[in-house]
Amino acid sequence: MSLRIVVCVKYVPDATGDRSFAEDLTTDRDAVDGLLSELDEYAVEQALQIAEATEGAEVTVLTAGPEDAADALRKALSMGADKAVHVEDDDLHGTDVLGTSLVLAKAVEHIGYDLVVCGMASTDGGMGVLPALLAERLRVPQVTLLSEVSVADGKVTGRRDGDAATERLQASLPAVVSVTDQSGEARYPSFKGIMAAKKKPVENLDLEDLDIEAEQVGLAGAATAVLSATERPARTAGEIVHDEGEGGKLLAAFLAGRKFV
Amino acid sequence: MTEVLVLVDHENGTVRKPTLELLTLARRLGDPVAVHLGPGADIAAPVLAEHGATRVLAADAPEFADYHLVPKVDALQAAFDAVGPAAVLVPSSGEGKEIAARLALRTGSGLVTDAVDIAPGDDGPVTTQSAFAAAYSTTSRVTRGVPVVTVKPNSATPEAAPAAGTVEELAVTFGPLATGTAVVSRAPRESTGRPELAEAAIVVSGGRGVGSAESFSVIEDLADALGAAVGASRAAVDAGWYPHAHQVGQTGKTVSPQLYLAAGISGAIQHRAGMQTSKTIVAVNKDAEAPIFELVDYGVVGDLFAVVPALTEEIKARKG
Ligand SMILES: Cc1cc2nc3c(=O)[nH]c(=O)nc-3n(C[C@H](O)[C@H](O)[C@H](O)COP(=O)(O)OP(=O)(O)OC[C@H]3O[C@@H](n4cnc5c(N)ncnc54)[C@H](O)[C@@H]3O)c2cc1C
Ligand SMILES: Nc1ncnc2c1ncn2[C@@H]1O[C@H](COP(=O)(O)O)[C@@H](O)[C@H]1O
Repeated sequence: MSLRIVVCVKYVPDATGDRSFAEDLTTDRDAVDGLLSELDEYAVEQALQIAEATEGAEVTVLTAGPEDAADALRKALSMGADKAVHVEDDDLHGTDVLGTSLVLAKAVEHIGYDLVVCGMASTDGGMGVLPALLAERLRVPQVTLLSEVSVADGKVTGRRDGDAATERLQASLPAVVSVTDQSGEARYPSFKGIMAAKKKPVENLDLEDLDIEAEQVGLAGAATAVLSATERPARTAGEIVHDEGEGGKLLAAFLAGRKFV
Repeated sequence: MTEVLVLVDHENGTVRKPTLELLTLARRLGDPVAVHLGPGADIAAPVLAEHGATRVLAADAPEFADYHLVPKVDALQAAFDAVGPAAVLVPSSGEGKEIAARLALRTGSGLVTDAVDIAPGDDGPVTTQSAFAAAYSTTSRVTRGVPVVTVKPNSATPEAAPAAGTVEELAVTFGPLATGTAVVSRAPRESTGRPELAEAAIVVSGGRGVGSAESFSVIEDLADALGAAVGASRAAVDAGWYPHAHQVGQTGKTVSPQLYLAAGISGAIQHRAGMQTSKTIVAVNKDAEAPIFELVDYGVVGDLFAVVPALTEEIKARKG
């Protein structure tokens, strides 16, 4: 059985840096170094595990993003993915999640797929809805937010830990899945993997290649507008006491003062 | 008459508190119309009416339980088509966000997720959200279609505003995608008897400093003395000391209680993302340099195994 897996990965500003907004109220991508979204490493890992368990499987990593997003692809290739596709176009600047889902859906169709694997959310925008939108656009089942996933006999099965219940979900391929950070630690690229990644093919696509008009994406195509972005005032440092036997009592007195006790 | 759709989050008709918050917010924009999917509409209707629902559109079908998520999208879309609402409000759970997203795509509408506030504006509702681990607060507006907005728990205080709450049958035709993903089995989460983490007024969380699963009883005892929910850092969850359902942070729950108490938690950015908007924050940590102390209203530098039990005792004594 052959299995074509496409993993969607996003290049995001490092969450441990001082992230901020640019003048047009989009994410400032120059303010902080970028990297492969940590939550998408879990997607790459699960895709590789599924591929390793399946005869004739091929893993393609896909990103829509600026030139530097090639770093995210390179990292995924060094983890073990076979090839990469990079959708890059100046007109993509400021695209909202609905627009991004259009771009990725067209790209996934261009690549050809049996299974699309996504992360649970991007660590910057973090809406966590792209996989559902992708499934809606591709008109295939969504099996999302999985803490366990497996593929067998043309079906994908997974476990979803929801707020109210844990469910076991199953769908026939082709399908879109997303995996959470509970799905298992992602591997580190080996030295061999890093060297091999340099020779793996990366296909570059622009909007024209995907038959998408500039008006359908970008800031102009977005269906929402950010009106303002305000830095939350730093919390003013509260009182800090060192426990010398009275710490518990002091804290209780503070809580009582605020009417919590 | 302007109507606003509110998707009801419930378990067999028992309505969860965030839905009542949504009804309260919806009344700012128009007449709330509740959409109740699955069994128990008759149980839910009086509660929904009490909080301002003028109508309750109800649909029940085996599809809602047997297949995942898309049947609910089909039903919400049917309500959307029947009502022609000015906005759609959906609870911000993983499922709520996905339902809202698919509805927005189908109806050519803009989508806002994880709003913490919503108010009427000249060009339609203005929503408030947190960004970058709650370091920023943003306001947004939907520029196309009907605003579809998911709202986080604790974004408003539910207000009583009695309305008719007339139950009406919602006719739903399921599309070809509805039966794509089967629910093979479902195990409801067992109740802990404590408040729900995302809805609680007080949250007491433990981290790596708690040291073991057994020692979490120290955290639970304090939580019970305060009537609080129990939270945990990812380090504590990954170590297997506390269930993932209790994780606070970027990949767990975001909480915004009146009081957040962190014990043995360093305050990593991903943890802050989930608790930084709490009204009052206190911490117990033996490392005076721990970043969590930058956030606190009150902090105790000390061993949690000394401070927390003493605190619990003192609270019990004060409560008599
Ligand atoms: C993509 C991604 C997503 C993540 N999502 C989350 C998330 O949702 N939630 C989350 O919490 N983390 C998340 N993390 C992990 C996060 O980066 C931290 O690793 C984690 O929050 C650390 O947990 P901790 O504070 O309990 O442990 P540590 O950082 O190890 O801190 C333990 C603290 O306990 C103190 N301590 C130890 N013993 C005692 C004692 N006896 N008394 C008092 N204090 C004591 C220590 O001084 C220390 O400050 C995520 C990370 C990534 C990369
Ligand atoms: N620009 C992008 N390029 C590739 N994949 C993306 C992009 N944006 C989002 N994704 C995928 O969609 C998931 C959820 O994203 P989001 O809805 O933005 O939180 C991510 O974990 C990625 O797998």
